[in-house]
Amino acid sequence: MTQQVASFVNIGERTNVTGSAAFKKLILAGDYAKAVEVARQQVENGAQIIDVNMDEGLLDAVEAMTTFLKLIAAEPDIARVPVMIDSSKWDVIEAGLKCVSGKPVVNSISMKEGEEAFLHHARLCMDYGAAVVVMAFDEKGQADTKQRKVEICERAYKLLVGIGFPPEDIIFDPNIFAVATGIEEHDRYALDFIEAVAEIKARCPHVHCSGGLSNLSFSFRGNEPVRRAMHSVFLYHAIKAGLDMAIVNAGQIDIYDTIDPALRDACEDVILMRRPDATERLIAMAESFKGTDAVAEKQAAEWRGWDVVRRLEHALVKGIDTYVVEDTEEARLAHPRPIEVIEGPLMQGMNTVGDLFGAGKMFLPQVVKSARVMKKAVAHLIPFIEAEKEAGAKAKGKIVMATVKGDVHDIGKNIVGVVLQCNGYEVIDLGVMVPWTTILETAQREEADMIGLSGLITPSLDEMVTVAEEMQRAGMTMPLLIGGATTSKVHTALKIDPAYDGPVVHVLDASRAVGVASQLLSDTQCEPFVAATAAEYQHIRDVRSGKDASLLLSLEDARANMFKADLSEKAPPPDQPGLHVFDSWDLADLAECFDWTPFFRAWELHGNFPAILADEVVGEAARNLYKDAKAMLERIISEKWLTARGVVGLWPCAREGDDVMVYLPEEERHVRLPFLRQQIRKSRDRANFCLADFIDPDGDWIGGFAVGIHGIEPHLELFRAAHDDYSDILLKALADRFAEAFAERLHQHMRTTLWGYAPGEQLTNEALIREEYRGIRPAPGYPACPDHSLKPVLFELLDATANTGITLTESQAMLPTAAVSGFYFAHPDSQYFGVARIGRDQLEDYAARRGVDLATAERWLRPNLD
Amino acid sequence: MSAREQLLAEAAKRILISDGAWGTQIQTFGLAEADYAGDLGLAREQKGNNDILALTRPDVIETIARAYLDAGSDILSTNTFSSTSISQADYGAEHLVRELNLANAGIARRLADEYAAKDGRPRFVAGAIGPTNKTLSLSPDVNDPGYREIDWDYLVAVYLEQAAALVEGGADFILIETVFDTLNAKAAIMAVKQLERELGRDVPVMLSMTLTDLSGRNLSGHTVEAFWYAVRHARPVTVGLNCSFGAAQLRPHVRALSQIADALIMVYPNAGLPNELGQYDEMPETTAALVRDWAEHGQVNVLGGCCGSTPAHIAEMAKAVQGLPPRQLPNPTPVTRLAGLEPFVMAV
Repeated sequence: MTQQVASFVNIGERTNVTGSAAFKKLILAGDYAKAVEVARQQVENGAQIIDVNMDEGLLDAVEAMTTFLKLIAAEPDIARVPVMIDSSKWDVIEAGLKCVSGKPVVNSISMKEGEEAFLHHARLCMDYGAAVVVMAFDEKGQADTKQRKVEICERAYKLLVGIGFPPEDIIFDPNIFAVATGIEEHDRYALDFIEAVAEIKARCPHVHCSGGLSNLSFSFRGNEPVRRAMHSVFLYHAIKAGLDMAIVNAGQIDIYDTIDPALRDACEDVILMRRPDATERLIAMAESFKGTDAVAEKQAAEWRGWDVVRRLEHALVKGIDTYVVEDTEEARLAHPRPIEVIEGPLMQGMNTVGDLFGAGKMFLPQVVKSARVMKKAVAHLIPFIEAEKEAGAKAKGKIVMATVKGDVHDIGKNIVGVVLQCNGYEVIDLGVMVPWTTILETAQREEADMIGLSGLITPSLDEMVTVAEEMQRAGMTMPLLIGGATTSKVHTALKIDPAYDGPVVHVLDASRAVGVASQLLSDTQCEPFVAATAAEYQHIRDVRSGKDASLLLSLEDARANMFKADLSEKAPPPDQPGLHVFDSWDLADLAECFDWTPFFRAWELHGNFPAILADEVVGEAARNLYKDAKAMLERIISEKWLTARGVVGLWPCAREGDDVMVYLPEEERHVRLPFLRQQIRKSRDRANFCLADFIDPDGDWIGGFAVGIHGIEPHLELFRAAHDDYSDILLKALADRFAEAFAERLHQHMRTTLWGYAPGEQLTNEALIREEYRGIRPAPGYPACPDHSLKPVLFELLDATANTGITLTESQAMLPTAAVSGFYFAHPDSQYFGVARIGRDQLEDYAARRGVDLATAERWLRPNLD
Repeated sequence: MSAREQLLAEAAKRILISDGAWGTQIQTFGLAEADYAGDLGLAREQKGNNDILALTRPDVIETIARAYLDAGSDILSTNTFSSTSISQADYGAEHLVRELNLANAGIARRLADEYAAKDGRPRFVAGAIGPTNKTLSLSPDVNDPGYREIDWDYLVAVYLEQAAALVEGGADFILIETVFDTLNAKAAIMAVKQLERELGRDVPVMLSMTLTDLSGRNLSGHTVEAFWYAVRHARPVTVGLNCSFGAAQLRPHVRALSQIADALIMVYPNAGLPNELGQYDEMPETTAALVRDWAEHGQVNVLGGCCGSTPAHIAEMAKAVQGLPPRQLPNPTPVTRLAGLEPFVMAV
């Protein structure tokens, strides 16, 4: 990923003279060097945008703004993030725009002085290339009620869109006002803001919402504990309503979970206006918290008395870096090896942080602070870890691992990586979609001992051959390990091994990885192992070349032996033809129809669910994993981590040879779906199947679907930040289960309702998993329909990218990775089969039907060719 | 049909070909001071002031332009890389800015129309605007990082003067090229927006960034993605890369831009990297094979050459990509894309 994608945006506000007394002092004194350092610290502390404001009566704001912006432009560490030019005066904003080279945000413009001035400023923002914060302010004044906020923002939206302003560049600030002031009209302010945010985002597509938080608690000036609690409670609810960003000082918010429950309730009563006496109650209570800063100080002293593991956790959760080096040192002395401090107490602390953030109870600025504490601790340990290495505990070997270009699947690779690391190997993980250039360069630069490649989809096989060829060209000799669901010993032997003179080894699963790696790196075992493997692969090639094409029927003969479905049994026309889009299928419903067996298989625990839980060997591991999975599942559902989006299409069609011609009535056109036919010689009574055989040439129906599970990235990012591989893999595996369950559920909904050919179907989850229903849903790229490149055709029919947000990579892998797509065949005789090996004759025929040249068809169908 | 629509229509049919280098082509004529100076009576030496040849040796400019059109160029750029008052001040010729742009654009327009009339294939004129040798983003004084040699309003006025003359002289597009400073490019965009308001019509922009290091940043430090987000408001008809290094080194960056930009992609690399003598010696076939690779991957809409490229390079490129399908424009979802030196995308 080269681009930073953010969900809740953390805007740095320390470079704002109206918000920071310290910064104001520096600017007034003309100490710009120190002022620049403030900006640098903000970015280092995780600000994703920095707000710059110079509105101060004693300053020449234009001069101060331009001076400061030019200075930070010279600092790459600061200038890498976008700037928010913040002023109530247009001339200050415009002067700032003339100094900023990226795409900044203007904060703010409004209709305060009428539509003409508003649109004039908006047009200039467009000319300068800036996004813009629009205050909910009109000729009559600032919007206070929900209705006014929504009304003004919607009016501004229409005006802006009317002059061609990109809606995604509009950020509304619907005004956060003080609550609990004792004035009754102010009681609704917070709730009005929260409700207005939800309404504005519903009415004005693509916009964002922001707000300045500090006003909210104005009536509790001097009572920091209460102010912090109010801010946290407010953010907790406003973010849920759709607030995208806020100008907020990380020091002014508490962790939602750690707020005294009585205070939190009282704040919630005020903010959500849950009772008429909420303000009085909070004011009454506030007095008792007023001194808690003193109490907090005492507590602060107190936590220093705890044991070191708890101290480190506390420091990580609270983001306190004052004592972290001395605490880390103490922990180091208490552990036999410095690495254990990272793997033990530090990771444990980061997991707590991850849990709190995942639950929406810590906010990004705080998490970033935690990460910084972690970094400091690790930095302290690194010299010790390295010294230890020199003392002889050198890594057993260095392995560069990557999921190859075009492929995005990495669960298996990550497991292998963790297993190798646990066994003392150094793993350089290059991630997913890695081009061969990066793999080779890294391996050479790092003087790696071997390279491990992974891939899940069939086009990755080709890419692996490319990597092998390029290694050969580069004159490399290090071993190449091949793994991943789609790889096989046969493919490795036939295609990859001959491309590279160095050792090539197919690794069946993670448990074998250590064995293979240790043999390859052993002085005594390496040679015999390499020789044995090479001999085995040669044998596979010899056997294979003996098996000539005589086993294949000619395409003509295969067609003559097609499957003859009883067409009088075909399904009736659908009750609801056309496209059906599902934006957010109930996750709890999907969890009910999970097929857990593949989940355990992903973790290399083999056995059927639920029997596996009682298995003598793996039972305990399976139970623990199942427990963790269930716990995460519960949070995924209750906290809505993920969104299940899907689309179903049902279209009239007819068979034409081995093609199915889909008819799109609205567009009055046909789309050809060419399918492949088995050519392997069958025993007398078995047919040579092709999916088209299940379709009536005189008119029939076919369906298609795509489902995807969105929203995983922020959570993965968090796990990665916490170096929590376990949760990372767990979440990905669960997301995959959701996708499969969604495909299952949607198939059922299609059978019983949309198409409705099986309205009375009553199947248990087990029966669903055993596919005891009528009809099939083969996917492009899988055995019955092995051409991945049919996926774009299916996607176009479904308008799948627009309807489900799923996109395809150049190798036709789906993004998000937890996604399933396929065709629906309803005929009662329709069944899954594998096309397997096909002959040249079919390849040529298929290329013509598919409308591609032979080389392209060959590339897509390589796994099915000799 | 407007020039924008016409170019988009042509680009939907095939990969279009721009022209090659001017500077290195002019060098081959071995011109002397008298050729450059003509009878303009300027006080300073004019040798090296390539743009002024439109007034003093228009035959040279016309010969080069014809060679590119004969080689297959669909888009002819004007020989006006340095025709701003900032760059002409080095030659004491800043008072001639309007004439230089009018004359160069005029030659290009006349030849483009002549060739179009001959075979019915439209030819376009891109009015070239260079970056100048001054920068809005960087201080020339290491001890004073806040200092700038020029300011925004001044640079906008300089660009406006050039852009107005180019359009008056017959340019279809304003080509803001060799962008080493993104803020300079933003000033040029502002100048064109002002020109559009003055003229009351669309003046389509072409934007071309130049990279100064292999990691893919320009001199002001912007990545290719950040550059695109910073200039997307110009609604450019093409965006792309030029100069920098040879095509081989540009490859990953062309790909990155092609994936995100909802504008035509135009790339015109140098003919390789200069050799020890500072000469470009990449063979036309070599350059053509490298750019063909982008075309085969559906990453480009317009191809041409920069430093060191010749009509032979252009002819080879035209041949190499003939019949290959042009890149399809992506249809990006409307999400907020901001930029510092690096891109920042806000989730929906």
